[in-house]
Amino acid sequence: MIHFVLLISRQGKVRLTKWYSPYTQKERSKVIRELSGMILNRGPKLCNFVEWRGLKAVYKRYASLYFCMCIDQDDNELEVLECIHHFVEILDRYFGSVCELDLIFNFHKAYYILDELLIAGELQESSKKTVARLIAAQDSLVETAKEQASSISNIIAQATK
Amino acid sequence: MNPFSSGTRLRDMIRAIRACKTAAEERAVIRKECAAIRAAIDENDHDYRHRNLAKLMFIHMLGYPTHFGQMECLKLIASAGFPEKRIGYLGLMLLLDERQEVLMLVTNSLKQDLNHSNQYIVGLALCALGNICSAEMARDLAPEVERLLQFRDPNIRKKAALCSIRIIRKVPDLAENFVNPAASLLKEKHHGVMITGVQLCTELCKHSSEALEYFRKKSTEGAVKTLKDLVNSPYAPEYDIAGITDPFLHIRLLKFLRVLGHEDADASDYMNDILAQVATKTESNKNAGNAILYECVETIMSIEDSGGLRVLAINILGRFLSNRDNNIRYVALNMLMKAITVDGQAVQRHRATILECVKDSDASIRKRALELVYLLVNESNVKPLTKELIDYLEVADQEFKGDLTAKICSIVAKYSPEKIWYIDQMLKVLSEAGNFVKDEVWHGLIVVISNASDLHGYTVRALYRAFQISSEQESLVRVTVWCIGEYGDMLVNNIGMLDIEDPIVVTESDAVDVAETAIKRHNSDLTIKAMAMIALLKLSSRFPSCSERINHLIVQYKGSLVLELQQRSIEFNSIIASHQNMRSTLVERMPVLDEATFIGKRAGSIPASVSSSNRAAINLPNGVSKSAAPLVDLLDLSSDEVPVPSSSGSDFIQDLLGLDLSAAPEQSGSNPAPKSGTDVLLDLLSIGTTPPAQSSAFPADILSNQEKSPTSQLDGLSSLSLLPASKASAPVSSSTIDLLGGLAPNVASSDENGSVYPSIVAYESGSLRITFDFSKAAGSPQTTLIHATFKNLSPNVYSNFIFQAAVPKFLQLHLDPASGSTLPGSGNGSITQKLKVTNSQYGKKHLVMRLRIAYKVDDKDILEEAQVNNFPRNL
Repeated sequence: MIHFVLLISRQGKVRLTKWYSPYTQKERSKVIRELSGMILNRGPKLCNFVEWRGLKAVYKRYASLYFCMCIDQDDNELEVLECIHHFVEILDRYFGSVCELDLIFNFHKAYYILDELLIAGELQESSKKTVARLIAAQDSLVETAKEQASSISNIIAQATK
Repeated sequence: MNPFSSGTRLRDMIRAIRACKTAAEERAVIRKECAAIRAAIDENDHDYRHRNLAKLMFIHMLGYPTHFGQMECLKLIASAGFPEKRIGYLGLMLLLDERQEVLMLVTNSLKQDLNHSNQYIVGLALCALGNICSAEMARDLAPEVERLLQFRDPNIRKKAALCSIRIIRKVPDLAENFVNPAASLLKEKHHGVMITGVQLCTELCKHSSEALEYFRKKSTEGAVKTLKDLVNSPYAPEYDIAGITDPFLHIRLLKFLRVLGHEDADASDYMNDILAQVATKTESNKNAGNAILYECVETIMSIEDSGGLRVLAINILGRFLSNRDNNIRYVALNMLMKAITVDGQAVQRHRATILECVKDSDASIRKRALELVYLLVNESNVKPLTKELIDYLEVADQEFKGDLTAKICSIVAKYSPEKIWYIDQMLKVLSEAGNFVKDEVWHGLIVVISNASDLHGYTVRALYRAFQISSEQESLVRVTVWCIGEYGDMLVNNIGMLDIEDPIVVTESDAVDVAETAIKRHNSDLTIKAMAMIALLKLSSRFPSCSERINHLIVQYKGSLVLELQQRSIEFNSIIASHQNMRSTLVERMPVLDEATFIGKRAGSIPASVSSSNRAAINLPNGVSKSAAPLVDLLDLSSDEVPVPSSSGSDFIQDLLGLDLSAAPEQSGSNPAPKSGTDVLLDLLSIGTTPPAQSSAFPADILSNQEKSPTSQLDGLSSLSLLPASKASAPVSSSTIDLLGGLAPNVASSDENGSVYPSIVAYESGSLRITFDFSKAAGSPQTTLIHATFKNLSPNVYSNFIFQAAVPKFLQLHLDPASGSTLPGSGNGSITQKLKVTNSQYGKKHLVMRLRIAYKVDDKDILEEAQVNNFPRNL
């Protein structure tokens, strides 16, 4: 299973963290510190796996961002790489050639997408199209709710004028 | 709008934070935002609750505390609208985890949302439950999730399946409820449902053997068919990755088949064909294909034997191993480790390639390869493999040397065909990477050297040579110094030459030079210095011509700030200066160390770092340990006649090496009480008595000593010893702790050998009388034999009778076992016990003693204590 997902910028800033196993706040920052130190210092041609505290961190760099998923010793590392790529492609489709800034300002959207992809540290959906469709449907629900709210508040505003 | 709530939008806050130049600025911005959010929370502001929570999540991601926002999540989740719930659940998953009690409050909202008419809200609740639910929530909500496994929309079914995985992990007992619905998920066509369904089934098999049996019977066929359809399916753009339809589903099915086929011949047989097809047909030029092959190989290795498939799998691994992509090589090494139990021979064929991987520039690959090499070693190939590894040790990265050294040492110790080879290899390792060698490894080496009596000369000469070249390797220095101390004469006189050796000329002073270099080098640690000190002492006896020089070296540490060194210096100086006659017997060669005990100890050993703190705990209950190992304390002169109470087997080697430095300042926390070396004084007090005796004879002092630092421990002791001495109104000698004084022949005693001393009543209470009869051992006026008789004057029988005694430090006390432990009432019988007291200040001070008597009357424990001051003079 995937124990946690990290997105770290090349400067070591955390852009997204998702924990599927219980870690306390203290442990979390320690994990992030240790792993980002290890991953950011690795050369470009080396393999994408780092063994760490009895687990394995599988990471891949996309532009200025490192995507990292931490898995059990006997999980399939190559598949997790594929998983990371799957996630990146969905993000790319959603934001339209995604960049780090998209993920900073719309961090909650990145989380929504991740939640459509993984639950309990396991893969949920292998179709990018399905994920995109589900996210779009929920986004439109939010939009409708907002419109309704604003029209209601308009009515109230007019009524109380 | 609430005038107090912060007007900034989420986007503006992120901008403001990003614009901060320093960490302090960032903190200031965040403090302001947090204050505004707290105010809004206090106001119970509805309009901006979701915006505030979004801000909090961002702040949380930056690592600032956000616990005050946890309740806001619950409020948002409880509200009716989808947007609020969406952000509320996200906040719940980010800001909370399963251990927070707040989480329990959300159970009810979750239950309602799981039954909501809007399927997206159901999805949100399932997602949150799957990611953070605790065991209690899992129990409460399992029926809802189970029901949702049959929900009309496949996207809910797949979420419910993963949620079930989490529930089973938290509460394995619930597994059986999920078996049937999980089996029906396998028959679906929707890929998301299939993927999650297969995962759920795999998880169920892990937790319940009944589920495993069930799926083996009902689902093997179906899973094989699904995989077959998938492999042969035409191009499907929605699921295609690098020309393969849904590799994720491939991999999950292979994993499921692995669980089904493991240790079941029929199921394994059934899946042979499809596995062969996957192994041969899958394209291996892209990562996705390789991921499938990798999974397939693992499945082939785990299911029941089918020769042909295994060959196929090993061939795939061979191809992987020679791949240029580091990822592929890494997984190949990983899988070969599993394959080695299945087909060791096949893996051995790749030995050369694997050895190359040990030298790879990639740390992850090196580590994997090293683990694999470690498994590959056997009696027949240990020599070439060790040679390769040791050669590589010379050029390895610093950070890799630790792992590599540990593995080499372990290989060498495990498979060494002969002692000389073992010693040779270990010397090479010590010279290359002595600083990375663990303590137990070089301790083990010393034990082996000590046992190889025909190699003593060879070893000490080899060490001498190695020391000349690499004197900066700590553990090499330690072993060298120890060996030169023990076998220095063999070094100088070329004793025990082997044919393969070149003779070397080493003078006595060259040998002393080694110890001197070791003790004087600025970066030598305390252990080296202390060992060198002992080596010097030993050399002073082996090489009388250098005695003067050695004494000079030792004296330099008389003022050392390190207590251990200072003490050794003073003691050794006194041995060299004033006890010539006994020096040679004192520093004789160590007896052969018991290999079996050492190995046995190491097998069940605790990690080195823990052992010293554990030792106190182990020793105290053990008390006077009956250690199987030969316990010879360097300083304990009476070791021939009395069993030395020393720390039990576990650290005998440290005792032997004179290494027992755990009293060093850095370990002030828990200092084990009765030990040799440093704690000779305590030993004297505890000889022949059980530990409770000492702790109660001087309860306050000793007990507190165990808590205090070594310095205060010594303080405590000296105060102990002075107290009775002054009571006996003897002149308090200001001499330092001269342990050997007692044995010096200079005591001008008006010898009263054979004279009769009057018996005394040492103690008398209403019910108990203790009488002492005295006699002197012939030829040693310092030693008094006391014959103690205990009489019970009360009408009741005393059982569990224990007599204990303690004496100040200028006395040595030895208690023989008592004649019995039951004391009949009314003076009808007695127990006798012999005590032997050696007075090191004979002629100057008189005997004093404290007594402690414990016994049982009518099941009641009684304890009596007394001090005996009325000893006859001149004892």
